[in-house]
Amino acid sequence: MLTTQQDRLMGEINNLVDVHGSERSALIPILQDIQKRYHTIGDFEMQVIADRLGIHPVEVYGVVTFYSFLNEGREGRFVIRLCRTISCDMAGKAAVAQQLRNDLGIEFGETTADGRFTLEWANCIGMCDQGPAMLVNGKVFTRVTPEMVHDILAACEKTFGPHTPQTEEEHAL
Amino acid sequence: MTIRNEITLASVVKNEGLAVALELKPAEVIKTVRDSGMKGRGGAGFPTGLKWEFAAREKGEKKFVICNADEGEPGTFKDRVLMSEWPDLIFEGMTLAGYAIGASEGVFYLRGEYTYLQAGLEKCLAARRKANLLGDNILGKEGFSFDIHIHMGCGAYVCGEETALIESLEGCRGEARNRPPFPVNTGLNGMPTIVNNVETFAWATAIMAKGADWFKAIGTDKSTGPKILSISGDVERPGVYEFPMGTTIDDVIEAAGGQDAKAVVIGGASGHCIPRTEFSRAISYEDVATGGSVIVFGPHRDMLDVAENFLEFFVDESCGQCTPCRIGNVKLLEGVRLLQLGECSTSYLQDLCSLGETMQCASKCGLGQSSPNAFLSIVKHFRNEILGRA
Ligand SMILES: Cc1cc2nc3c(=O)[nH]c(=O)nc-3n(C[C@H](O)[C@H](O)[C@H](O)COP(=O)(O)O)c2cc1C
Ligand code: SF4
Ligand code: FES
Repeated sequence: MLTTQQDRLMGEINNLVDVHGSERSALIPILQDIQKRYHTIGDFEMQVIADRLGIHPVEVYGVVTFYSFLNEGREGRFVIRLCRTISCDMAGKAAVAQQLRNDLGIEFGETTADGRFTLEWANCIGMCDQGPAMLVNGKVFTRVTPEMVHDILAACEKTFGPHTPQTEEEHAL
Repeated sequence: MTIRNEITLASVVKNEGLAVALELKPAEVIKTVRDSGMKGRGGAGFPTGLKWEFAAREKGEKKFVICNADEGEPGTFKDRVLMSEWPDLIFEGMTLAGYAIGASEGVFYLRGEYTYLQAGLEKCLAARRKANLLGDNILGKEGFSFDIHIHMGCGAYVCGEETALIESLEGCRGEARNRPPFPVNTGLNGMPTIVNNVETFAWATAIMAKGADWFKAIGTDKSTGPKILSISGDVERPGVYEFPMGTTIDDVIEAAGGQDAKAVVIGGASGHCIPRTEFSRAISYEDVATGGSVIVFGPHRDMLDVAENFLEFFVDESCGQCTPCRIGNVKLLEGVRLLQLGECSTSYLQDLCSLGETMQCASKCGLGQSSPNAFLSIVKHFRNEILGRA
């Protein structure tokens, strides 16, 4: 990693510590912000956060690997989480899953080579009366059909320009 | 439309409950909640007034009120609807609970999957601060200060368990603690803490506004008040319904339009499977208890697939701290796959059932203790359907 990049990350983590505090209880809010901005929580970030909070980096690693919304591997810019739990299963989640695989060319748990999309399973997301349901970067889609998959992916693609910075809009989608 | 029948909370006048509570002494607020007979709406069914009384009696330099908005039990979505429709009633309930137990800080633990609800809830909190319904000397009550902040969860079902939730708030892995000590004694940061479900706080507000007698007149002797259910699966009208406690499964299913159901799972993945022959049983703490999840299965459904889906859920969500749950759920899942292949002997099925019973008593927290429930009840009621497959 370049020093300038490291400096930028350290600056960012310092800012987050100013916002959330340097208590242990600030750890998860800090990690959530890093995840949201960088789509991964790398070794360097974990080390710096550990130093700032005065805890061992293994403690940070333990937390990152425990929660499904925190990730030490790189996630795509758009994370699709399709509910696999029973009510969505009965409502036809398998066909939606297959179309997502077909259109993205990846399996669940994988990220597209261009780093745009990650496909994940979710456990019940509280939309069981309107399944199949899925989350795309936190936005909820209900009664998803295989036919809708293309349009949803296209809407994500649309927010990419050649050099677009990560915007709030992108996170909202 | 998600809301399918009349929800009494819609008729509760905002901030009336809080105003009534602040006119009373804290002990009288607790007495009112106790008199109502309300038990927790999150699943475990502990009497709410008693929990508050324990926390009130406990000494601590600080106390906390936590609202459990982790709603992770498969098939449950009523808290989502309450948070979208009546957030004021929930925050009001937390505030009056803070007054009752002597807490000045409230934490709203919202599951990460519900991040899209956060902005609306923050807006409601801001409006309440502005109206002096949160902050210092609330509604002019000298010396009563209380505020609430939202903490986002991170995608872990076990964090709905109250001690795992507290671990998570403290910045740790969501690994459940031994109980006792209970959170009312040693909770967040070691301080006395009450953890209650979203719906529990909303009904507490209604009880203060309408009185304990109103609440007690609804339901059964041991299960007072109305209960909000989330109904999904093979029904014509899935959604959120309110029924008095003690309503039969038959009546619930009929309201949602699932008359030909062959079975229903009540209480989500950690609940029990009830076959059609037992649909006259009642939804209540003394009979079929639930945090609100009702999943209906039509005549063509394979109950082994249901058991498989639930066990995959538990294998994924077990925190891995204790052996009965970490290994037991994997073994049960492998057993279900053997049954699907038609390769499970009757005696091995018996072994799986005793493993399930061991998990119920030897697991450290409620996740492992209840994870075999659905499997065991499906095996019990659908033996002929699951054995001897070709
Ligand atoms: C694995 C597990 C998950 C739980 N998830 C929730 C939940 O999402 N929401 C909830 O209110 N209670 C949940 N509970 C129950 C809580 O531990 C606790 O009993 C409840 O929040 C108390 O509130 P109540 O008395 O108002 O119901 C869960 C329990 C276990 C064992
Ligand atoms: S029962 Fe399961 S979830 Fe609970 S402590 Fe044990 S391993 Fe963790
Ligand atoms: S089962 Fe898919 S949202 Fe609940």
